[in-house]
Amino acid sequence: MCMSRKIYAAIALMNIYVLTLSSQTSDRDSIQESMNMDAVYDRPFLTFDKFPVNLGGYLEANSIYSIEDGLSEGLSFQARRLTLFVSASISKRIKFLTELEFENGTEEIAIEFASMDIALHPLLNLRGGIVLNPIGSFNQNHDGPKWEFVERPDVSTNLLPATFSNAGFGIYGKAYKGAWTLGYEAYLTNGFDTSIIDNEEERTFLASVKENSSRFEENFSGNALINGKFAIKHRKLGELGISYMGGTYNRQEVDGLQVDTKSRRVDVLALDLNTAIKKTGTRFIGEMAYIWLDVPDTFTQQFGNRQVGFFVDIVQPVLKTEVLDWEDAVLSLSLRTDYVDYNIGNFGQTNTNIGDDLFAITPAISFRPTPQTVLRINYRYQWQQDILNNPASRTASWYFGFSTYF
Amino acid sequence: MPKIIYFFISLSLIALLGCENLGPEEPMEFELLDGPLDGLSVSEQQLFLAGDIAFNDDVFTVEKGLGPLFVGTSCESCHSGDGKGHPFNQLVRFGNNNLNLPSMLSLGDGRNQIQNKAIPGFEPETVPDGFPFSILVAPAVTGLGLLDAVPDADILALADPSDANQDGISGRPHYNIPPEFTKIRNNSVPQGNNYIFRFGKKAGSYDLLHQSVSAYNQDIGITSLYDPIDPFSGLEEDPEVSTQTLNDVVFYLKTLKAPVPRNQADPDIITGKELFQSIQCAACHTPTLTTGFSPIESLSFKEFHPYTDLLLHDMGPELDDGFTEGNVGTSEWRTPPLWGIGLSGNSQGGQMFLLHDGRASSIEEAIELHGGEADNSKAQYLSLTPKEKSQLIKFINSL
Repeated sequence: MCMSRKIYAAIALMNIYVLTLSSQTSDRDSIQESMNMDAVYDRPFLTFDKFPVNLGGYLEANSIYSIEDGLSEGLSFQARRLTLFVSASISKRIKFLTELEFENGTEEIAIEFASMDIALHPLLNLRGGIVLNPIGSFNQNHDGPKWEFVERPDVSTNLLPATFSNAGFGIYGKAYKGAWTLGYEAYLTNGFDTSIIDNEEERTFLASVKENSSRFEENFSGNALINGKFAIKHRKLGELGISYMGGTYNRQEVDGLQVDTKSRRVDVLALDLNTAIKKTGTRFIGEMAYIWLDVPDTFTQQFGNRQVGFFVDIVQPVLKTEVLDWEDAVLSLSLRTDYVDYNIGNFGQTNTNIGDDLFAITPAISFRPTPQTVLRINYRYQWQQDILNNPASRTASWYFGFSTYF
Repeated sequence: MPKIIYFFISLSLIALLGCENLGPEEPMEFELLDGPLDGLSVSEQQLFLAGDIAFNDDVFTVEKGLGPLFVGTSCESCHSGDGKGHPFNQLVRFGNNNLNLPSMLSLGDGRNQIQNKAIPGFEPETVPDGFPFSILVAPAVTGLGLLDAVPDADILALADPSDANQDGISGRPHYNIPPEFTKIRNNSVPQGNNYIFRFGKKAGSYDLLHQSVSAYNQDIGITSLYDPIDPFSGLEEDPEVSTQTLNDVVFYLKTLKAPVPRNQADPDIITGKELFQSIQCAACHTPTLTTGFSPIESLSFKEFHPYTDLLLHDMGPELDDGFTEGNVGTSEWRTPPLWGIGLSGNSQGGQMFLLHDGRASSIEEAIELHGGEADNSKAQYLSLTPKEKSQLIKFINSL
């Protein structure tokens, strides 16, 4: 309860700070300075004259050839994602957007986003429906064509749930001063459930909550997940964001009967960075997350009570030229570094370090005939250690694929 | 066509054609404990694969029947890489210290293992005050099918319960009554209703089905057709693991290969092997056994080198936890196979946790904790020169 008060106070302070800043700013349109929080609307849409609905989407497909410890299961082709966007300007200050995603054909069909936004003021917009929780940057800014890599970052998929959305409501807004832009988001949504420490991954795994399709209908714990993000952007320096989400993930009572000894919390803090060296065009994109979880002492240490992870992408355009009929084709060399520690701490019995971590590097070559389409060749080399820190399992994967908006 | 397109296409072709050569190499056969026996037929390999998935990939959740009290959430959590376990998933068994009393006192469920973990909302068990107990670290599971196929007569031939040859070593088999669901071996040599038990630290299991059914039930809290009693409630429940899965796991355990010895031509290892014989380690850690007939051809009439006699020996006061199991005394332990011991670190996180409870962090320490019937051998080991000791340890590590 004490923690919740602190969080409410932090959100209130964040609002006061941003509102104070707004009194010094000009009355600019809040969507003109694009930030990660704008990613859901910052997409190409097909528009039709006098038709208030816009359509869009993207497709992502690739081939993959993996070798794990010398053994390969051969070449596979993957139709990873087909995503459809529909947005509508319902009236002058009311808009709607939804994102429907088909993963691996029809293996997973999900409404990732479906919200109505009411714009009261650049600093105060209301959003409700199915919202993408603003934790880190990738969760909101995840469209395949924006990235030079076929795989999504491990921290954003295996530590944080990727494209984690929930039913809920909240506010967001932005303010400007000179080259600076400040943005905030704050939501109350449905939250996690006990599958995060009771799953077939055999580790604390926040992403397992996505298996619970009823999370759009019922909040498992009965307590709202509090989620907020504060980001600051300088037109030349880039964007830095800090985000938090936390809440109870278990049920202490059901029908008035006690089924657990206490309420158990999960808290997540994330930092994200997006910057570029203007002279060379080198872009740096990164995200780091730290998770605290109240795992019962009587449960197995297989499920960690702390996790940490990060990724860093370095993207260097090496050639910009006209190719065929593409006027601004770009060839880029990139490198991603992934690190995830699923279980921080020492074994109680031996006081030795608990393993269960992963490290990967992915060099990539990407070709963008247009900004909306990317062809990618990736080579990923991964070292993964089990919980006991036994010799790492090594996996090398080749990817050739594309992703394109349409 | 622009150069950039040629470049991209060329790179794609290089990636496509070269991908096989840019991956991690397969570890050498002798570096791994897991893997099937040589010579399995195609259908046997399919059965092995099904068991491999059940053993190494099947994780139990609350929805799948985990617990509510348990020790581990999967087979693999205690037998990483099919090797020895780690103390973080240790088992605790308790009982009395007198073989003339009922041998397995319990918490009311008819068994003597503590389920020391619990799903949220439940309290794990603890050892009742005043009862002796043993901590056990999971054993390696490689080569078990070969041990399973050794005829009773061969085990009995190694036994010397009254120490007739007066060498101070008096191994005896553990005779006990197998559960009804087990299939008695064709070549069994019973004593009334009692048959030779051969698996487990105190030879508490008759065969691999018995061992697997017990492990599902006592270690994961998973009921089966063969053992439908839930360890928490003591009540009969619907099976939480299918009989097919159990059979798959048993087949997998039967057909896991034996560890492959390493560097056997090394002169130090050759000398170490001679020392192993001369100081009588081999009197219990029998180097060579032979299987009888098995319907699995790869197990049939095979000579193999486990370094165990599958018999119980009095190991002296250092290893006496005051805990009996079945008809096995407090200081008696079944000779553990030494094969694969040098690879233990690869399944125990780079360290060694040896002996039944993992208390020894090295082979030297484990030898020094031997006693009872091993007193003579230990004394001879202690009198070896440092070089000889090193050669002996090198040999044991090479198994």
